[in-house]
Amino acid sequence: MLQLYYKIFKTGVLTEKVAKQLPSTEQHDTTIEEIGLSLKTVVDKHFRGSLAIRQVDAGSCNGCELEIHALNNVYYDVERFGIHFVASPRHADVLLVTGPVSRHMEAALRRTYEATPSPKWVVAVGDCGVCGGEFGISYASCGAVHNVIPVDFTIAGCPPTPLALLQGLLTLCNKR
Amino acid sequence: MSHVEYENINLFCKKLETQGINTQLITPSPLAPAQLLEIDASGWGKAAEIAQKDSWRWSGVWAEDRATTFSVYNCLERHGQYLILSCHLPVEQAQLPTQSAIYWAANRPERNIQDLFGIRFENHRDNTRWTRHQAWDENTYPLRLGFPAIGYNTQPTPPDKDYPFLKAHGASVYEIPVGPVHAGIIEPGHFRFLAIGETVLHLEERLGYVHKGIEKIAEGRDPAGLARLAGRVSGDTTVGHTWAACLAMERAAGIETPARAAFIRGILAERERVINHLWDLGALCNDVGFGFGFYQFGRLRELWLRENQNLFGHRLLMDSIIPGGVNTDMSTLAAEQIRKSIIYLRQELTELITIVDNNTSLEDRFLAAGLFTTELASALGALGFVGRASGQSFDVRKDIPYAPYTQLQMRVALEEQGDVASRFWVRYKELRISLSLIEEMLDKLPAGELQTIWQTPVTAATGFAAIEGWRGEILCFVRFANNNKICRYWPRDPSVINWPALEKLTLGNIVPDFPVCNKSVNGSYSGHDL
Ligand code: SF4
Repeated sequence: MLQLYYKIFKTGVLTEKVAKQLPSTEQHDTTIEEIGLSLKTVVDKHFRGSLAIRQVDAGSCNGCELEIHALNNVYYDVERFGIHFVASPRHADVLLVTGPVSRHMEAALRRTYEATPSPKWVVAVGDCGVCGGEFGISYASCGAVHNVIPVDFTIAGCPPTPLALLQGLLTLCNKR
Repeated sequence: MSHVEYENINLFCKKLETQGINTQLITPSPLAPAQLLEIDASGWGKAAEIAQKDSWRWSGVWAEDRATTFSVYNCLERHGQYLILSCHLPVEQAQLPTQSAIYWAANRPERNIQDLFGIRFENHRDNTRWTRHQAWDENTYPLRLGFPAIGYNTQPTPPDKDYPFLKAHGASVYEIPVGPVHAGIIEPGHFRFLAIGETVLHLEERLGYVHKGIEKIAEGRDPAGLARLAGRVSGDTTVGHTWAACLAMERAAGIETPARAAFIRGILAERERVINHLWDLGALCNDVGFGFGFYQFGRLRELWLRENQNLFGHRLLMDSIIPGGVNTDMSTLAAEQIRKSIIYLRQELTELITIVDNNTSLEDRFLAAGLFTTELASALGALGFVGRASGQSFDVRKDIPYAPYTQLQMRVALEEQGDVASRFWVRYKELRISLSLIEEMLDKLPAGELQTIWQTPVTAATGFAAIEGWRGEILCFVRFANNNKICRYWPRDPSVINWPALEKLTLGNIVPDFPVCNKSVNGSYSGHDL
């Protein structure tokens, strides 16, 4: 047990500051505290202090999931922004949808969307979710998420890095 | 083919012939290093029977629409030799005796062929649909040549219904349906539990939710395009599947990758193994509420992901393998950095594993949970760490080595107990072995080119490859049409074989242990569903 505590102390706090990336017109570096503050304002105003995300894999190759998971590792620790992942769409403010939507997941995605209370945002994640990616539209795939449910925001990349995801989420919150 | 191998296969042919099955060994094999044996369709089931008695491991079945006929292939392996049985069927009489009565692993792959090609398997004990949900109807077959990749469906696809899950009746038995949308950041699938109290009486998997037509949209791609697609069969195995597809295409084209490229491929593949094992070791801890392990292993994994980004330009190493070679080099500086990271990771692992090992609460949850006996593992032909935790030592890198493993000292981690703890330990050992392999590859890294110039393969050229991905044996078959275009791509992720293991090893466990049982197997949904 002592070893365990020792390891925790030795490892220390690794959570990193994340610079905000904005469209070139407003390019400037802001510290994570600043972003956190503005994010918190938005989250406080619209979501009573916490933003709950339900992730839905609608047909991804699982690469996007790996990077979304990484958001919870000690370096990114997304929970410090009041953002957390929830198990049920009924608890969610945001649906984070990955993958081209496979036709076999089409109904499940619609139902998940319907089960999410308003106001809700849908974020399409990854090239597949944004435009169909490598898979596109086929007999088995509906392609981009917006072909199935309305999408509010997109985060491209194959897969988007945790940093890109974080920046995307911050931008999304700042827009609202 | 060496003398001994030839003898083995000759003996097998003789046994088939005494049963009245016509055989023809195709020489030279168009699927080398695998041997190709054409047999009568009527002997398809009998051949499996003989193979099983001879302890050949069943490893996959796939079909091809060759316009006037269907070709069906069955991959077997024994003592480090791949033997592929094939037969041809007239389109109007598309049926074959089932092999699923002999080989448990053949059940779903045969149903998949039935759903996608319309080839019937006679006397299949479970002839229900598998990959087909509601995206296409019963009498259309997406992998037939005439079927347009875009399909016919313009209406929203209804949810799957009427799937004949096993039912149980009785006062104390109840059903728990789970998925396809699971309560976590995870791929979609459906599990149907029958439980009595907390104990699982029966588990049935229903997959196919992420079927997105990979085999169909591969048709008409050029080699580079196929490599990109292969890299997305299963995102966590992007190196493994791209390598398998590229090797199969290279064999079809008759080219060989330069030695340096082969070594770099090996380093990439071992890095992929390290990262995934680190992730799963952490996730296994997490599933039994040991957050410390989750964060510590996750931390180490993130460091390696960042190193991937720095050295190879992509955290998950996507698209770093290309037909004919690799598109990323290994500078001396990079090699030095990797060596340092290995030393650091080893130290950290040693420290962590002592803590993990001393933790009795982990032991409580891991030991004897999710038991998969050596008998079951052998009957299934379980692959990778699932097989190796249950005494199955097969590893393509050691048993049927390909460059660069032909030049490396390959050790295989093995456990016999078959529980979650064994699968945890096998992964830990495999991870350490990978670190040594990377060091050895850095030591032996030859100088030279990174890519061989591509040669357009002759029309109808085929290629077959087997690669040891981080989950186990990955198979790949390709056929070229004319003008450098793919007309058939068949990837087989080890998950296809290993998924049924989960149904068995969950039995008798309590429902709350399902997550950790599931994680210890960690099948890919995308790699299975295609
Ligand atoms: S965007 Fe890339 S990583 Fe994400 S699901 Fe699609 S292919 Fe996979």
